[in-house]
Amino acid sequence: MKSNGQNSTAKKMDVPATLKPVQKPTSDAQTHNGAELLIKTLADLGVDTIFGYPGGAVLPIYDALFNNHELKHILVRHEQAGVHAADGYSRATGKPGVVLATSGPGGTNTVTGIATAMMDSIPLVVLTGQVPTSVIGNDAFQEADIVGITRPITKQNYLVRDVNNLESVLREAFHIATHGRPGPVLVDMPKDMLNSRVMFKGTKHVDIPSFKPTIHGHQPQIAKAARMLSEAKRPLIYVGGGAILGEAWKEVTEFAERLNIPVTTTLMGLGAFPESKPQSVGMLGMHGTWYANMAMTECDVLLAVGARFDDRVTGRLNGFSQNSRKIHIDIDPSCIGKNVDVEVPIVGDVKRVIPAIDKLATPPEISEWWDTIHTWKKEHPLVVPKADDQIYPQHMIKMISEITEGNAIVVTDVGQHQMWAAQHYQYNHPRSWITSGGLGTMGFGFPAAMGAAMACPDRDVVCITGDGGFQMLTCELATAVEYKIPVKIAIMNNACLGMVRQWQQLFFDNRTSYSVFGSNNPDFVKMADAYGMIGMRATNPKEMREVLEKGMAIKDAPVLMDFSVVENENCYPMVPSGAALFEMVESDEECKK
Amino acid sequence: MTKDYRHTLSVLVKHNLNTLSRIIGIFSAKGFELASVTFASEADPGMARVTITTYGDEKTVEQINKHLHNVVDVLKVTDLTHKKCIERELAIIKVSTAKAGRPEIMLIAQAFKAKVIDITSDKLALEVTGNTDKVDAMIEVLKPYGIAEMSRSGSVALKREFQGAVNIN
Repeated sequence: MKSNGQNSTAKKMDVPATLKPVQKPTSDAQTHNGAELLIKTLADLGVDTIFGYPGGAVLPIYDALFNNHELKHILVRHEQAGVHAADGYSRATGKPGVVLATSGPGGTNTVTGIATAMMDSIPLVVLTGQVPTSVIGNDAFQEADIVGITRPITKQNYLVRDVNNLESVLREAFHIATHGRPGPVLVDMPKDMLNSRVMFKGTKHVDIPSFKPTIHGHQPQIAKAARMLSEAKRPLIYVGGGAILGEAWKEVTEFAERLNIPVTTTLMGLGAFPESKPQSVGMLGMHGTWYANMAMTECDVLLAVGARFDDRVTGRLNGFSQNSRKIHIDIDPSCIGKNVDVEVPIVGDVKRVIPAIDKLATPPEISEWWDTIHTWKKEHPLVVPKADDQIYPQHMIKMISEITEGNAIVVTDVGQHQMWAAQHYQYNHPRSWITSGGLGTMGFGFPAAMGAAMACPDRDVVCITGDGGFQMLTCELATAVEYKIPVKIAIMNNACLGMVRQWQQLFFDNRTSYSVFGSNNPDFVKMADAYGMIGMRATNPKEMREVLEKGMAIKDAPVLMDFSVVENENCYPMVPSGAALFEMVESDEECKK
Repeated sequence: MTKDYRHTLSVLVKHNLNTLSRIIGIFSAKGFELASVTFASEADPGMARVTITTYGDEKTVEQINKHLHNVVDVLKVTDLTHKKCIERELAIIKVSTAKAGRPEIMLIAQAFKAKVIDITSDKLALEVTGNTDKVDAMIEVLKPYGIAEMSRSGSVALKREFQGAVNIN
């Protein structure tokens, strides 16, 4: 039962004062019901948009939202998409994303979205309805222990058992989601809490004695780091998503430029350091550039900035950057020393620690190191194959980069297109690359792009997706059309699950088990038409340019662009699974060896 | 790799089941070992103390420490392993008297300063308190007589106030 919350106008009828029960507190300026308090608190916390889906347990909230002008509520078509949209909204702005779902299936549908946000440290507040406290534990209709289910995938979660705590719990939730290493927080609210009378306190200050993240780095360690970098012969700065989340892109860029040290970014760190700068060696890792991976292998001093030495970054650990002395700055102490031992751990906020190192460091003498890197860059560039009669995936990304002049917010799904989009689009701005890096959630791209577009109405938002991932949440086309969200959906259509197929070709003797859709894909242009939006198709580079130019010119509505690309193209360079970074391969032939 | 050691961690937390679940969850999710865990109210209202014993090398236990710190409602984590600490565990052990008779079992109990807390025609129930090594030792001695049932509390521990060494001069 997920009924429409907008048909309850009868409740709003005025009742003559004499007929009202005398003892019961009335809805005046002093008290609210829990649902109204929730909305008032959200508005007070600066929330302007929430993504949600109604249902029985949250009907009081939807009633409070009826005719409410403080909050914009976006009605998604699936709760998972609601979480991804809030996630995209947050990644584009840095503000916490807010989601509202009902009890039971509403809550369980948010799980994938919450896990996605947890892995990438995205601040979200997920609000779920719960069955009334009197029946919790009785297997009531639409009851699920969502606090139990989401415990390992939230930074903190709450079941509100006293309506007088609701406001302080909400304020704590936002505080925890956004401070320290960000992450999702869930607040579960039984229906009777939403109907009980309560007073709005408006106390903004939040103090949680057990939650005091370390912000300032340890000064002696900072001094040691500065000394190591100043004396380095082959230094490298390795920048992760923490530099984006900590809004430290300016500090990182100034620091690297002044010291003239090469910078590689992780998948999550794209945009933290402009790729147009001479110090950039691009992305590293499994599908990173050859030269970034070699720089990582050969460097003698490594400065890790808000990165977590993920297995997709390090490759085989005993072959990872063996000769470097490592400095690691992270706000989460549990990230330091988890996968790789470091000599200088610095727990703190990147935005404060980098300038502190900058103050003490002097530019190292590394012209030989730069010569080596320039040679690598020349000998092992990223390759963009082109043809007149068919679209190569890399060419598609290059053309999007060119037509948007590198200024769009690029949102992707997961798979080959994601890696090509990471490699071939030139990222010069932070918060302009949105992707599910840690969890690798297919279906993430399109709803996240909607969220980003809602958050940044004055920027172009391109959703580069695959025919596989896009089909996971196509229901959201209805949402995009309803709210005229100007997302440009660019489907890299290779009629298969490209990355799965690539691994099957390379590591499973070409047995392409259940990874090829072939002609079983729907007609995406007709699908767009069915939802009442513009859809276009391109099968060669000439059409691709026309479609992209036409599509990018549409500023007030969503548009779907279906690009039929070369089906059997594989994504290179690549560090085969189990190999070290320096064992990376650049073609199918090399891989088979 | 350093050697695996038994570590005792004392964790001060806000008293709620969500916190306890989160702490246990770290061990199951990250694959850390959990040898024993106790959870009970503290003197401060609203607070509780969790005492955990675990096995691991220094690096693993450092990670456990950091993950425990990351739990929002955890106030303080103290690794008592390398500190002077007071550690006790209580066990209730039902031993069969069929093989050797009561006097022999009671003699063993006496040696471990254990108390007899229940007697039936064919069993003795003993209560023993001490550090885990002592409880382990007593169980080893009693095994041949036949342990019918047993319940151990898991360790509780606190840091000793006096952490220095006695100066004889």
